[in-house]
Amino acid sequence: MSEHDNLPERSSGSSPVDLSKGHVEGTGGLPARFENPGLPAHVHRHGDDDDAAARRSERQVAGLFVLSMLATVGFAVAYFAIDKNSTVTLPLVGVTNALHVALGVTLGLSLLGIGLGAVHWAKTLMSDEEIVEERHVLRSDDGARQGAIDVLTEGGESAQIRRRPLIVYTLGGALGLFAVPLGLQLVGSLGPLPKNDLSTTLWSTRIGQRDGKGGRKRKLMRDPEGTAIRLTDVTLGSVFHVLPEGINETEHPLNEKVKASVILVRLEESKIRSQRQRDWGIDGVVAYSKICTHVGCPVGLYEQQTHHLLCPCHQSTFDMTDDCKVIFGPAKRPLPQLKISVDTEGYLVADQGFAEPVGPSFWERG
Amino acid sequence: MSFLAARRRHPAAIVLVLLLGLVVTGGLYTALAPKDAKAATATADDVKAGKDLFLANCASCHGTNANGTAAGPSLVGVGAAAVDFQVGTGRMPLTQPGVQAQRNKVTMDATETKQLAAYVASLGPGPAVPATEYTNGNGNIAKGGELFRVNCAMCHNFAGSGGALTRGKFAPSLRNIEGKHIYEAMLTGPQSMPVFNDTNLSPQDKNDVIAYLHNVDNEANAGGHNLGNLGPVSEGMFAWTIGIGLLIGAAVWLGRKAA
Repeated sequence: MSEHDNLPERSSGSSPVDLSKGHVEGTGGLPARFENPGLPAHVHRHGDDDDAAARRSERQVAGLFVLSMLATVGFAVAYFAIDKNSTVTLPLVGVTNALHVALGVTLGLSLLGIGLGAVHWAKTLMSDEEIVEERHVLRSDDGARQGAIDVLTEGGESAQIRRRPLIVYTLGGALGLFAVPLGLQLVGSLGPLPKNDLSTTLWSTRIGQRDGKGGRKRKLMRDPEGTAIRLTDVTLGSVFHVLPEGINETEHPLNEKVKASVILVRLEESKIRSQRQRDWGIDGVVAYSKICTHVGCPVGLYEQQTHHLLCPCHQSTFDMTDDCKVIFGPAKRPLPQLKISVDTEGYLVADQGFAEPVGPSFWERG
Repeated sequence: MSFLAARRRHPAAIVLVLLLGLVVTGGLYTALAPKDAKAATATADDVKAGKDLFLANCASCHGTNANGTAAGPSLVGVGAAAVDFQVGTGRMPLTQPGVQAQRNKVTMDATETKQLAAYVASLGPGPAVPATEYTNGNGNIAKGGELFRVNCAMCHNFAGSGGALTRGKFAPSLRNIEGKHIYEAMLTGPQSMPVFNDTNLSPQDKNDVIAYLHNVDNEANAGGHNLGNLGPVSEGMFAWTIGIGLLIGAAVWLGRKAA
């Protein structure tokens, strides 16, 4: 310890290196340059020196290639021999289609055999001597560079580019304008503008109406059966998934469905907290848009006891007793309510379209 | 005929004709009217035995008159179907309160369940235990699948694997469930599940859904492991752990020198 006594105190608390364990005291300076250590010495593989080992590797590679061949033949045999409906019980997987398993396994083995064989060949038999490839200067010599410039200048002179600017400008104009047809196709094929398509749904129109007049209110129909729903069908705690009447007669039923899907439930009227909600339903039967106001997933997970409506995509939760206000999750707007009433035959009908656009925000809406 | 013709103006004739008309109409109605899917009804003895079972097993939460306490809801009007479902799947009697009563070991035998159901059914009109013709799963599988995807799949998953709800509640898996219990769950709407009454999904529709679910139970995998039929979550997990792990292993092997 006596040799350390004259060293300054260290704040970090680490102790100095013990010189008795092979460390050498340095001079404190760095060398002017480090020597290139070069490549490590080449280590020979078993097969490089031992012919028997090389032959063994050869047999292994050949064996892998033969495995691939057998598997390919097996694939062809399985393709014809196994019935497409037959099943096989496998551990972990359970009952599985036998043909698909056989085709998958044989095709996998045939590819794997080729790949493993090639890699094994490269690693054990192909030369693995390290080689240094020297780089040369990339720049051409001055003569070649001047030559290239001369060729270009000469070509320009002989084409009379400098003497006839009219040709140059008209050529530039022609080439520039040629970009217009290409761009026009791209912009033109983006389709017609949506107009107010995002703000309206099939519920906004009446069935059988001409030029915006006449017709009757659309009934609420069961999805997927397409049958009308009576007020008395909707008992307490029930949930109905609803589409507008006549949706299959529209030009694009799926386009209408993604906007007009509705969920219909019956709540105890005393539990509804919003007067507007009560007025737009009948006897506690209320209909709401099923399209989430976040990114438009169908909000279908209705919890009967809590009256929460949950969106399966991002867990936005809406309170059905409080005008479908958002109580959790990324959605920002409540689900729009569909005003419903009962027609003379006792079926539920929609009085009017949604008062606001359904689904997520869009540009014009903000 | 002359006997009838001679008395057609008798004062009692109109009464007789009316009576005949009523009997024929009533008889035809009972023969042809749409029937609820109901099994055989219970006897008064069943009701009495059921009440004893109720007082011993259920009254602490549901109250001695089954009209509910702070710990459990009223059972007036829930019907025999609700009892058959809750007790038949071991959800009731509840051993300890929690977020959700889960499928459990069944503690009552078939007779006790029937007696208990008879007692609860006697408290007020409610859905009865369905008849086997609508729970045997001999329905239309394709239509059942369509109904399932619209009405059930958002909570129970497209293959009936179940899924999460809010605050620890969940929609249970529907694999290998008896047709009767699937039917009763739709009919009574247990816990978080809404009701799918017979005017929404008719008894035949319900049997179609049962047929679809039973078909899913017995269906062979198209190829390989289905990873629980949970969709992108389990598949993504597999790709990120097993798939990428294998790729890393292959890369390490390729980069190593042969000895």
